[in-house]
Amino acid sequence: MTREEIVEAIKDIIATIAPDEDLSNLKHDVRLRDQIALDSMDFLDIVMELRKRYGVQVPEEDYKELATMDGCVNYLYPQLSTKQLKVGV
Amino acid sequence: MTREQKYYKGSLDGKAPLTHDPLKDVRARYDAIVIGSGLGGLTAANILARCGHKVAVLEQHYNYGGLATWFKRRGGHIFDVSLHGFPAGMKKTCRRYWNEAIAARIERLDSIRFDNPQFRLETIFTRDDFTRLLVEHFRIERARVETFYSELARMDFFSDSGETAGELFERHFPGRNDVHRLLMEPITYANGSTLSDPAISYGIVFSNFMSSGVYTFGGGTDWLIGEMKKELARSGVELFNRVEVEGILVENGQTRGVVANGREIACETVISNASLKSTVERLVGESHFSSAFAAGVKAVRLNNSSTQVYMGLAEGESIPFLTDLLFTSTRERFDSPSLCDLHGESRTFSFYYPKTRPGSTRTTIVSSMNAHWRDWAGMDEASYLANKARLEADTVTALERHVPGIRAKLTHIEAATPRTFEFYTQSPQGASFGTKFEGLRYSMELSKEVQGLYHAGSVGIIMSGWLGAANYGVITASKADGFLRSLEKVRS
Repeated sequence: MTREEIVEAIKDIIATIAPDEDLSNLKHDVRLRDQIALDSMDFLDIVMELRKRYGVQVPEEDYKELATMDGCVNYLYPQLSTKQLKVGV
Repeated sequence: MTREQKYYKGSLDGKAPLTHDPLKDVRARYDAIVIGSGLGGLTAANILARCGHKVAVLEQHYNYGGLATWFKRRGGHIFDVSLHGFPAGMKKTCRRYWNEAIAARIERLDSIRFDNPQFRLETIFTRDDFTRLLVEHFRIERARVETFYSELARMDFFSDSGETAGELFERHFPGRNDVHRLLMEPITYANGSTLSDPAISYGIVFSNFMSSGVYTFGGGTDWLIGEMKKELARSGVELFNRVEVEGILVENGQTRGVVANGREIACETVISNASLKSTVERLVGESHFSSAFAAGVKAVRLNNSSTQVYMGLAEGESIPFLTDLLFTSTRERFDSPSLCDLHGESRTFSFYYPKTRPGSTRTTIVSSMNAHWRDWAGMDEASYLANKARLEADTVTALERHVPGIRAKLTHIEAATPRTFEFYTQSPQGASFGTKFEGLRYSMELSKEVQGLYHAGSVGIIMSGWLGAANYGVITASKADGFLRSLEKVRS
């Protein structure tokens, strides 16, 4: 995956968890929770879905790295760069 | 049944011994074994099975659900033990971690009433309605109410100031014991917390509970657990009831399996939905933990227990709609300890009208009080029975004040005490809300001490109640799933 595809992968996961949220105007450098309604259980679901789809492990102490879209891409790139994008699963 | 007599799990009347081996179809090995089938255990099992793991649930009782339970009595009565009401978030939790059919049965309670010497009022437990009450009834400035709400909304675990709930109330509404009562009493009944518990845990529960109404399941607890069992079967979870887990097997710091009904069953992970203290001290054994951790668990305080009185109306009898939940007290002022008094003056009535079970014509009323194990534990049999009888009599008298003529309509009255809760749930001291807040840390860090060992039971006041329990099951399942996947990676 490229960095752009990682953004797409994350948006696809968020879309299944928060189907009512508009993700088209997400700012990448602003906390996700300040832009869309995501509670801590939604966040956990994102982590579980990353694990299920891509085998990515995010230890609890690293959850804070995923606060913004930029943070997600930076943190996940080393693990996801060798994986194929899966959307709509 | 006397207290010394062990009830036989596996019969409807609690008296018949086991006639078959409940573990006859059990496998030799699972990926995950869940000990206990409270809502935390069941939800964890469902998530782990959906993640592709082989999961078994072992339950000591014959019913699944833990304290999310019900019982039947002669005369057609069905009593719900803990259905009372839960936060709006339960709908999302059920939709996501169970199924749409379960979520669709969640309905908002129509009314909650308070009746005490300081105020009598009705609310639907939404933020708007509480604001209205605080402004119009309690004459608090709107801006002050908004400030309180926004401070609660901003609270998170990383900014714990060490303040207690009582201090928080005093800071926002100084000298207003009536307001403190309105804000604290429902939460105390919901999870056993008090004015001296951390403000942070109050804030999170309040934001969940008292902002969008209180909800229940149309269909009752029996319907819910029945649907959950079907969903678990679809997910591939194997359920075993009447199975007593005697120990969790640990070798070289790793979870290896369990011993249940005298039989060893191997597994990579154990998710204990038993009490945190029982898990560490009885099922695993303190020798498998660092001395600091074991000492820490020993120091964790249990939360209080409860007493309940179950009252069933005769077939054909009914009462006009009064409210769904009634918080009552005859005490002049509010304080936390008195809510646990042996024969206290404060109780909550849950009214289960026929609407609780569509198609039913029956009404039941369940009164709940918080209680201390120590008050009931030492009684001899005669004193115990006398205190139970007094509890029943006092409760019916209290109910008569709100529902005149109710006494003549009741054909079943039965009390449960901390000893009853201990007896059926095996929770130490009958703790109906798990441990105090400090238990959370130990619950979450079990796997750092023993690889593959997790806990998903009531700890703190956040991870308890129906919603907290179910969500904690998901949180724990996610950790166990991460661990199981890392094992698979190592093997391949």
